[in-house]
Amino acid sequence: MDDPYDVIIVGGGVVGCFIARALSRYRVRVLLLERESDVCSGTSKANTAIVHAGYDAKPGTLKAALNVAGNRMYDQVCAELDVPFHRCGTYVVALTEEDLYTLDDLYHRGMQNGVSGMRIISGEEMRRVEPLVNPDARGALYAPTGGIVDPFLLTIAAAENAVLNGVHLRLETEVTDLIRQNGRIVGVSTNRGQIFGRFVINAAGLHADQLMAKAGVHGFTITPRKGEYYVFDREKSRVRTVLFPCPTPISKGILVTPTTHGNTLIGPNAVDIRDKEDVTVTPEGLEEVFAGAQRLVPTLERRDVIAVFAGLRASGSTGDFLIEAPAQAPGLINVAGIESPGLTAAPAIAEFVLDLLRECGLALLEKANYNPIRRSPPRFSELSHREKAALIAQDARYGRIVCRCETVTEGEIVAAIHAPVPARTYDALKRRTRLGAGRCQGGFDTPRVIHILARELGLPPTAITKKGPGSEFVVRKTKEWDGNEKV
Amino acid sequence: MLKTLSYDVVVIGGGPGGLAAAIAARERGAERVCIIERAEELGGILQQCIHNGFGLEVLGTDLPGPAYAQHFITRVYQAGVQTLLDTMVLEVTPQRVLYATNARDGILEIEAGAVVFSMGCRERTRGALAIPGTRPAGVYTAGTAQRLVNIEGYMPGRRFVILGSGDIGMIMARRLTLEGAQVERVLEIVPYLSGLKRNYVQCLQDFGIPLQLSHTVREIKGNKRVEAVVAVAVDERWQPIPGSEEVIPCDTLLLSVGLIPENELSRRLGIAMDPVTGGPIVDEGMGTSLSGFFAAGNVVHVYDLVDWVTMAGEVAGRSAAAYALGMAPASVYRLRVVAGDNVRYVVPHLFHPESLAQGPQQLQLRVREPIEEKVQVILEADGVEIWRKTERYVRPGEMVTVKLMPDLYDRLKPASTLTVSVRKPR
Ligand SMILES: Cc1cc2nc3c(=O)[nH]c(=O)nc-3n(C[C@H](O)[C@H](O)[C@H](O)COP(=O)(O)OP(=O)(O)OC[C@H]3O[C@@H](n4cnc5c(N)ncnc54)[C@H](O)[C@@H]3O)c2cc1C
Ligand SMILES: Cc1cc2nc3c(=O)[nH]c(=O)nc-3n(C[C@H](O)[C@H](O)[C@H](O)COP(=O)(O)OP(=O)(O)OC[C@H]3O[C@@H](n4cnc5c(N)ncnc54)[C@H](O)[C@@H]3O)c2cc1C
Repeated sequence: MDDPYDVIIVGGGVVGCFIARALSRYRVRVLLLERESDVCSGTSKANTAIVHAGYDAKPGTLKAALNVAGNRMYDQVCAELDVPFHRCGTYVVALTEEDLYTLDDLYHRGMQNGVSGMRIISGEEMRRVEPLVNPDARGALYAPTGGIVDPFLLTIAAAENAVLNGVHLRLETEVTDLIRQNGRIVGVSTNRGQIFGRFVINAAGLHADQLMAKAGVHGFTITPRKGEYYVFDREKSRVRTVLFPCPTPISKGILVTPTTHGNTLIGPNAVDIRDKEDVTVTPEGLEEVFAGAQRLVPTLERRDVIAVFAGLRASGSTGDFLIEAPAQAPGLINVAGIESPGLTAAPAIAEFVLDLLRECGLALLEKANYNPIRRSPPRFSELSHREKAALIAQDARYGRIVCRCETVTEGEIVAAIHAPVPARTYDALKRRTRLGAGRCQGGFDTPRVIHILARELGLPPTAITKKGPGSEFVVRKTKEWDGNEKV
Repeated sequence: MLKTLSYDVVVIGGGPGGLAAAIAARERGAERVCIIERAEELGGILQQCIHNGFGLEVLGTDLPGPAYAQHFITRVYQAGVQTLLDTMVLEVTPQRVLYATNARDGILEIEAGAVVFSMGCRERTRGALAIPGTRPAGVYTAGTAQRLVNIEGYMPGRRFVILGSGDIGMIMARRLTLEGAQVERVLEIVPYLSGLKRNYVQCLQDFGIPLQLSHTVREIKGNKRVEAVVAVAVDERWQPIPGSEEVIPCDTLLLSVGLIPENELSRRLGIAMDPVTGGPIVDEGMGTSLSGFFAAGNVVHVYDLVDWVTMAGEVAGRSAAAYALGMAPASVYRLRVVAGDNVRYVVPHLFHPESLAQGPQQLQLRVREPIEEKVQVILEADGVEIWRKTERYVRPGEMVTVKLMPDLYDRLKPASTLTVSVRKPR
C-alpha cells in the first residue's frame, strides 16, 4: 500500500477546490480527484455567478449561515486569488403591489440572517440606477453586499493555489466505490485503481448522494433541478446592475445580470429532471427564460444572443445543505445538496468542513511556507498599450492574437496549458482565457487552438478535444479515407 | 517604447476588398499605402475557397479563390504597397491613429491620412440561433470546417448534416463528399435557397445531396460529440410543425446560416451603422459617417460575388487617397437611398448626384422575397419614377446591381430621396 493520504476530496467543483485550498494551509497530505478533464466541469461552471447577500435562505439553516459567512470572505479570497469580483450590490425588483410585501419579507429575513446595509428603494431610484429596468418597477430591495464573480476563475484559482501549496490533483479519475475496512472508510476505488486515505470528503456535487449510498448512508437524495440561460453580446443589450424578480418558492426567479466580463446573462428557470447529465437546453425553457427576463428588462433583443447553456442544481431532499460526518461511515465527510447559494458559501463551507475534520480527530498544524497568494497570468486585453508592448518584448507569443473577439493571445494560451492546473482541452482554455467566449464563439480560433494544443501537448490534432476523451474535434487527415463513414 | 509609423492610406484587412483598395489608392496618387492583415498571408477568406467561381466579372475568367487573390496580391506588391502581416489592429481613434500588434514589433502606433475598413465578416453561430440541445464537439460553422479541411488538412467529422443553404455550406457539402464523408442532407428554414442557384446545382444536385426547404434543426443530441440532430418541418412563421420531427444520426452539424460584417473597430468609433446590413452607412465613394474613414467589401454588406467586392474596394481606395491628399470633392447635394417594395437593403445609403460627373455609379440591393418571373427594378426620385429595368428573376441570395447613368443627374439633383423597388409588372 502506498503512503496513504490524510484527506481525499472527491469532486473538483468550487466546493472541493475550496476545501483543498483550505487544507493546503496545514501539514496534511491531500488528494483532489475529479472525473472530468478539468476542475470546474460540473455545476460550478454553469450558474448565475452571483455572490448572494443572504436574504433568501430560511433563517436558522446552514444555507443562511454559510451564505452570509461566505459572502464576507469574498473580498479577501478574491484579492488573494486574483479573481474578478465586483461587490456591485443586487436589486430585487417589485413589479406589482404584492411584490412590495415580498420585499418587506425578504428584508426581514435578511436582517435575521445578519445581512448588512439592505435598503428598500423607490421605483424612481431603481430606474435611476438602471435605466433599462421595466418602467413599471415600484420599488426594490437593494443589498449592497451582493456581487458578481467569475466562477470559472474562482474555482480554478482555488485549485491552483491548493496545488502550489502541495495538494495533489488527479483529473479524469472517477471514484467508483468507497473502500471500507473494520467499519471505517479508508479510501476510494477509481477507474485508475485504489487510493487510500484517512478521510474521504464527498464533494461530488450532483452525484454526492450516490457516493453516500455506497458508504451505506441512505435517506438523503439529490434531484437535479435544471436552469437555462442566454448570454448576450457585450456590445449590445447591456445592463449595469444585478436585477432579481421577486422569488418563488423553488427559485430566486429569472434574473438579468452583468457578468464580470461585461456580458449580460439572463436565466435561470427551474425544472426538476431525472438525468444528472442532462444539461440540454430546451425550446420551452428558453422561451420561459426570455419571457421572464423581459419582465425585468423589456428591451432585451434575441438578435444579440451569443450563447445558450444550462446548469443543474444539486437539490437535496432536506432543502438545506448537508455537511456531516455520518456515524454509519466513520472516515467519510459528506458535503451534499450544495445548491444555490453554494458558490457564495464555498469558502465558508471549506472552513466548516475543516472544523468537522478536527472534531473527527485530524490534527491540522499550520505549514511554515503556506502561501495564500496566487497571481493570474497576464491578460493581454486588460493591459495598456505600453504594458502590452513590454509583455511582447519579453515573450513574442503575446503579440499573436488567436481569439479575435476577446483578444486572447497565443502567450496566454500557452501559459494556461502549462499552468499548475493545466488546461488540456478547448473548454478548459475557454474557462481560463475567455477564448471563444465572444460573439464568434470560437469560429475563428478553433483551428488555431487545435494546432497550439497539439504542439504544446505533443499530441496529434486528432487527439485534441473540446472537453475530454470522446469529444475530439477532427477525425482524420484529408486524403486518408478509411471507409468509416457509414454506421 | 511603441514603434510608430505613418502612412497616407492604411487599409485594415488584406482580403479582396482591401487588396483592391490599396492598389486603387496607389494609382490615385497616395504615396505611402499600407495593408494591415491579421493572417500570415494576404488574400482573406479566398485562401480557403479552393473551388472556382471567382473572377468572371472583373478578370473575365473563372478562377479558384487563391488564384484570384494571387492576381491582386501580385499587383499590390508591384504597386509598391507596404504590408504588415500577422498583425492585428486592436484600436482606431477618431484622429486616425491605429494601434496594432504583432510578435515582431510589439505594439505599433500608426498614423493614417485616411483609413479603409475591409475586415470582412464572420459567420453566425449556433449560439446566435440558440439551437436547443446539448453542447458537444462537432458543431462547426461551415467556414471553420472549410479552414480545417482546406488549410489544416483535417476532417472535422464523417457524417454531416448542414443547416442553412448558404453558399459556404453548399460548397462544403461537395468538398466533404469528395473527401469521402457522408453528407446526409442540407436543411433550410426558409422556403427558398439562401445561396446561389449555381452552387445548388453544382454542389448538391450533382452529388445527390438532398435539400429540405422549410426545415430546421430542433435539437442537437450527444454529450461529448454530436450523435444526431432532430430535424423538423416549419410553417411560414418558422414554427416547428408537431409530428414532423426526424432524428438524423450524424457526428457533425455544419452551420451555414449567414454572415455578419465584422465591425467592432468601426462601431467603437461611433460610425453610423445600418441595422439591416450590419455594416456602416456609406455613400457612393464608400465614405462612412466619420470623415477620413472608408469601408469596402463584406465589412459593408455581405456580397455574393467577390468581383463586386473588388470593385467596391477600388472605389473606397480612390476615395481614401483623394481624402488623404486633400483632393476630396466638396459635396453639396446628397440624397438618401431608400429600400422600397421587396427590397431588404440598398448600398450605398447616401448618394451625391455630382458623382455622376465622374461616370456611371452603382447601386446594389438584395430583395426580401424571391420572384421567379420577370420583375422590374424601379427608381423613384421623391416618389416620381425616373428609371426602370427588367430582370428575369430576383432571389434573396443573389444581389441585384443597378447602374446609374450620368444622364440621371438632372432628375436626381433636386431630389432628397431615391427609392428603389422591385415589383412584378402590372
Ligand atoms: C442554475 C444555477 C444557478 C446558480 N446560481 C448561483 C449563484 O448565482 N450564486 C451562488 O452562490 N450559487 C449558485 N448556484 C449554486 C452553485 O453553482 C453550486 O452550489 C456550486 O457550484 C456547487 O459546487 P460543487 O463543487 O458542490 O459541485 P460541482 O461544481 O458540480 O462539482 C462536483 C464535481 O464532482 C465531480 N464528480 C462527481 N462525481 C464524481 C466521482 N464519482 N468521482 C470524481 N469526481 C466526481 C464532478 O465532475 C464535478 O466536477 C447555482 C446553481 C445552478 C445550477
Ligand atoms: C466560404 C466562402 C465561399 C465563397 N465563395 C465564393 C465564390 O464561389 N465565388 C465568389 O465570387 N465569391 C465567393 N465568396 C465571396 C467572397 O469570397 C467574399 O465576398 C470576399 O472574400 C470578401 O472579401 P473581403 O475583402 O470583404 O473580406 P475577407 O476576404 O474576409 O478579408 C478580410 C480580411 O481582413 C482581415 N482582418 C479582419 N479584421 C482585422 C483586423 N482587426 N486587423 C487586421 N486584419 C483584419 C482578415 O484576416 C481577412 O483576411 C465566398 C465567401 C466565402 C466566405
